[in-house]
Formats: sequence, structure tokens, C-alpha cells
Amino acid sequence: MSDTKTRAEAAAAPATTPTPRRTGRRLLRSRDATIVYALVLIVILAAIFVPYFASVTTVSFLLIDAIPILLMAMPMALIIITGEIDLSVASTAGLSAALLGVLWHQSGSHGNIAVMFVICLIVGAACGAFNGFLIAVVGLPSLAVTIGTLALFRGLALVVIGDNAVADFPVSLTTFATSSIPGIGVPTVMVFVLVVVAVFAVILHFTPFGRALFALGYSTEAASFVGIRVNRSKFWLYVASGVISSAAGLFWVLRYSSAQSDSVQGLELSVVAAVLLGGVSIFGGSGSIVGVVAGVLIIRTVNYSLQLGGLPDTALTIVTGGLLVLSVVAPSVSARFVAARDRRARARLADAPAT
Amino acid sequence: MKLSRITDRGPRPARRTILLTAAAATAVLLTLSGCSGAGSAGGSGGGANKKISIAFVPKQLNNPYTDVELGGGKKAAAATGDAYSVVGPNTASASSQVSYINTLTQKHTDVIAIAANDPNAVCSALNQAKAGGAKIITFDSDTDKSCRSLFINQVVAKDVGLVELKQLGEQIDYQGEFAILSATANATNQNSWIKYMKDELASNPKYSKMKLVTTVYGNDDDTTSFQVAQGLLQSYPNLKGIISPTTVGIAATARYLSTSSYKGKVILTGLGLPNQMRQYVKDGTVKEFALWDPAKIGTATVYAAKALVAGTITGKEGDTFKAGSLGTLKVGADNTVIVGPPTEFTAANIDKFDF
Repeated sequence: MSDTKTRAEAAAAPATTPTPRRTGRRLLRSRDATIVYALVLIVILAAIFVPYFASVTTVSFLLIDAIPILLMAMPMALIIITGEIDLSVASTAGLSAALLGVLWHQSGSHGNIAVMFVICLIVGAACGAFNGFLIAVVGLPSLAVTIGTLALFRGLALVVIGDNAVADFPVSLTTFATSSIPGIGVPTVMVFVLVVVAVFAVILHFTPFGRALFALGYSTEAASFVGIRVNRSKFWLYVASGVISSAAGLFWVLRYSSAQSDSVQGLELSVVAAVLLGGVSIFGGSGSIVGVVAGVLIIRTVNYSLQLGGLPDTALTIVTGGLLVLSVVAPSVSARFVAARDRRARARLADAPAT
Repeated sequence: MKLSRITDRGPRPARRTILLTAAAATAVLLTLSGCSGAGSAGGSGGGANKKISIAFVPKQLNNPYTDVELGGGKKAAAATGDAYSVVGPNTASASSQVSYINTLTQKHTDVIAIAANDPNAVCSALNQAKAGGAKIITFDSDTDKSCRSLFINQVVAKDVGLVELKQLGEQIDYQGEFAILSATANATNQNSWIKYMKDELASNPKYSKMKLVTTVYGNDDDTTSFQVAQGLLQSYPNLKGIISPTTVGIAATARYLSTSSYKGKVILTGLGLPNQMRQYVKDGTVKEFALWDPAKIGTATVYAAKALVAGTITGKEGDTFKAGSLGTLKVGADNTVIVGPPTEFTAANIDKFDF
């Protein structure tokens, strides 16, 4: 862990203004720690105040709904760290879901579903490559491009499956998708998701490519001057985002045993909220996978506790929105707070020898 | 604030603190889950007449028709002293219904009554709820048969056709020409009602002097229905009456009649919403029309829930249960309870209904 952070920010440091290293390190550290503290605090509060929250069932119900968000949050974190965004993730997932439904239906419900998975993942990669091409090669702003593809991919999903719903997927697969590891309640699929999380953590924090992403987020010009292939990096990030989103879509289909044109609709906001809440700066250049995982869990825990408490959907939307605003506002407020405290501390130190 | 001050001391103590806090939180959670587990085990059980908890999951919240249904359920639960609650999504999506079903499962709600947005997507969640001891009832919109014990449905299609024919017949002394103004040419509901009307006209001697001259379609569009009604009266000068088995059609036709010279001379009947039809009943344009009362669905659901939990019925065909003001209801084919017959609205009772 300590290695992770040191390297991450060592990579970032050269690209920034020459702030003292220690301060930067402290800042990062306290930010990550704060998010984990917040998660623990929220879980404890929920366990105390929300009836039935403290049980194994919570673990399974809470985590199974976190899976698609957690998956999509991984490439999203990397993309936001480079200073870009991908709002088309949920639509890409929806398109894969619709495609899987149609392929399965056309095969007469007994085709080779593994092959269909691969086809869907390839289509997901193509969606990502399309985004990546427009953003990295043509040089268009990612916000505009992915708002466009958000509508485009959802529209394609409608073309593919129309107003039908395909539901007769193999029971063994749908049961597997909703199953939990006995005793601890963690969904079985979570094991695979953790592998994905680990891969992204290694890429971001332990490889030159990952270090380059932080540099990119600070300054594209500086990054290209030190030899980072800016466009290539961005392109592959979007391809990764397409593939992972597509996988999330396939999971969604099996989890609900139903493929429709509106599957996974609207989830992109939860993903972005979780990533920002997890300490990734919307301006790029900073963030960590640990923080993002904690961010996803915070959003899910808050939502699930409110649902368990019987609050309507309206309240959930307001809370998610509020958390999103908070996650953007909090870093700048806490940065100012820390800066002020450091100034005071330095002043005290300076005073000390004199007295 | 305190937490971040601790982290500021340096890397090692910070991490230790996180670990300690996490460990403490886990310990607290484990203790709590132990407690709550024991508590719920002690709380369940009880006599045949115990108060039960019923949770309604409508297709979406804040829908006028649904609100009337739920109102019926609330009233019935207040009368029987059972715990009534409503949870559900803001938009009619199956995946958000699943989250709510999960929380209800965890709360050990005795009965979950759901109007499904997708017959299959909610199934695995409902089966989990069933495994947890909950009884499942669908109302209004059914799921796959295997996922619920009972389906509470509005009315029998034949009853709808017959009541409309009877209302018209009574007012035109069972003789003369009449027309049908329907929704669209391929509307399943309307077509089955019209078919029963035609069968009855052909087979029942009471209607031998009544002649159906034409069936026209207003496409469930207010303006089209209005124009089609106007056209009908011009092309069939001897028309005695119009049956409009759609709420849009009857309201548009009533609006045309109320300002024309045909007001009070041409009889209009069919299916309408009391709130839309009130003014035409009061000004004498319309004497009678029909619709099922959505509130009865909620009421029937509550009594069916009680009977299921008490074990007096299992939901198999032929089971009967007492449903308060609705009298005794019987479970028919496909484990379906029909609440009907349709309610007939006249100047005398229309003010008692608000939907």
C-alpha cells in the first residue's frame, strides 16, 4: 500500500509545481485515509441506526448491486485521472445486454453462450475504440463525444432488441450470477471483480503506463515532452472502458435474467459519483484505486441503508446527487483547511526556537 | 477533523489507525449482527391471527391509477390492523424493483405484493424472498406464474363486455342502431370485450332488436376520437347510442355530445374514469358508464395476504377467502383472483369516487 501511494505521487510530482514533497504525500495520504474512515463510519452508523442492516444478508444484497458500478468505476477512474471522462459506459453495457439477448434468442435458446459473450465483449471494445478514436485521434473533447455516444449506443440497443425482452437464459448461469459464497455472503462473482480491481490497481500504481496517466492528468503538454504517448494511452483506456462496461452489461443480464433495451440505464451517474467520491480529482492528476473502491462502497451503503429504512427513490436520487456535489467540493475545502493548518504549524515551529 | 489530525503525524501510525478502526468496526458489526439475528428469531412465529406486514411494490410511485389501488390497500390494512407499507421506484424499471424486493426480504416482511415491470427480471429476487419466508402476491401486472402464490387481477373480460351492453340496452329500450368507438384496431383488451358483446348480441334474444352498425377507432387519441364521434353521428342519423370501451374515447365523445344537439338524445356508455366523466354525468350527457374500481385490487390484496400467511389458503384453484367489504373471493385458474365485477357509475354514486 505504502509503495502504491509513494510511487503514484512520485510519478505525479515532477509534473506539478514544485510543492514540497512531504506536504503532497501527506495530503494524498490523509485524503485516502479519510475516505476509508468515512466508509467505516457510515457502515457503523447504518449498523446502529438501520434495523436489519447488521447481517450477512446485507453483505450479499449490498455487494451484488455494487458489482456493475465497481467494474465500470475501474476504467472510469483511470480515464478521469487523465483528465477526461466517459459518460457512455452504461449505454455500452446496455448495448451488450441487448445484443446478448438477441443472439441468445436467435440461437433458439441453446447456442454456445460463451461465444456470444466474446462477441458482446468485442462489440464493447469497438464502442470504446469509437470513443477513443474521436477523443484521442480526432482530438474532440471527451465530455461532448461521450454524451453523444451515451445516446447513440442506447439508440443502437433499441434498434437491436426493440421493445422485446429476452428472459430464458440458462438457469445454471443466472443462478451463478446471483449466488453468494456461503457463510460470508459475498457474491461469488465478486471474486472475478476483485481480480479486475487488482489488475487495474497494478496497472495504475505499479507500471510506467499508470505513472504516465497521472502525468497526463496534470499536463498533457508536459507529458508528451517527457515522451509519454498521450493519444495512444487515452485510446486504450477507452477500449478498456468499453470492454469492462460490456462485461458489466453481461453480468446485468444474468443477474436479472432479462435483456432489454433499457438495461443498465442511468448507471453512469452512480459510477462517476463513486469515482469522484473515492478521491479521484475531476481535474485529473490524482486518485487511487483504494479510494475508488471505498467510494463505490460508500455510495452503495448509503443507498442500501436508505432503501432498507424505507425511503423512496426520490430521496436516493437526492442523496446520490448531494454526495456527488460533496465529493467535488470537499477536496478543495479540505485542501484549504490542511494548508491553513500547515501554515500554523510552521509558524509554531518557527516560534519555538525563539522562546 | 480529529481523524485527519491523527493521520497527519506520519505514514505508519496513520495506517495502523486505519487498521485498528477497521478491526473495531468489524467487531462492532459482528456483535450487532449476532444480536439482531437472535432478535429476529425470537420475534417471528405467533398465532394464526397475528398482525402481519404487507409491503406493496407498485410499478412506479406517483401514478394516479396506482395511487387509487394503493389507497384501497392502505384502508384495508388499517381496518385489519396490519402493517402496510409502500416502496418502489420513481420510474417503471424492473431493476430498481429488485433492490426494493431485496430490502423487504431482509426485513422479513410477511407479504410482498408487487405489480411487476418485467415478468422475469424480478423473479429471482422474489424467489429469494420466498426462501426467506415471505409470501408473494402479484397485482395488476403479473410475473411468471412460478414466482408468486397469487395474482390479483381486475375483471373478467366477458363481464366488461356484458355490463356495457346492458347499460346501453336499458337506456334505449333494447332497440335501435348503435356503434362502438374503440381504441386501436389491434388493441387486445378492447377487441376481446367487443367480441363478447357481439357474441351476446347474437345469442341473447333480449338484444335481438339492437343492431351494431359499425366499429370505429379513435386510436386512444383525444382529437381523433372527438372527430370520429362527430363523423359517426353524421353518417348514421338514426344512431341511438355509442359504446366506447376506452377511457380516452368515452371522454372525447362525451365532450362532443355535450355541446351538440345530440346531447341527451344519443346515449353514450363505456369505460371511463369518474374524474374525467363527472361533469358529463352532472350535465346529463351521460347517465351511466363503468370501470373496475382500482381500490378494490388493493383491498383484495391485503385480505389475500392475510389468508396466505394464516395458512387458510395456499393459492390453489378453488381456494376461497373473506375480503371484508368485497365479500368472499375465489381463486380461479392460474392461481388468479378476479376482483370484479366492474363498478357502474351514475349521478347517484359518482361523487364517492376520486380517480
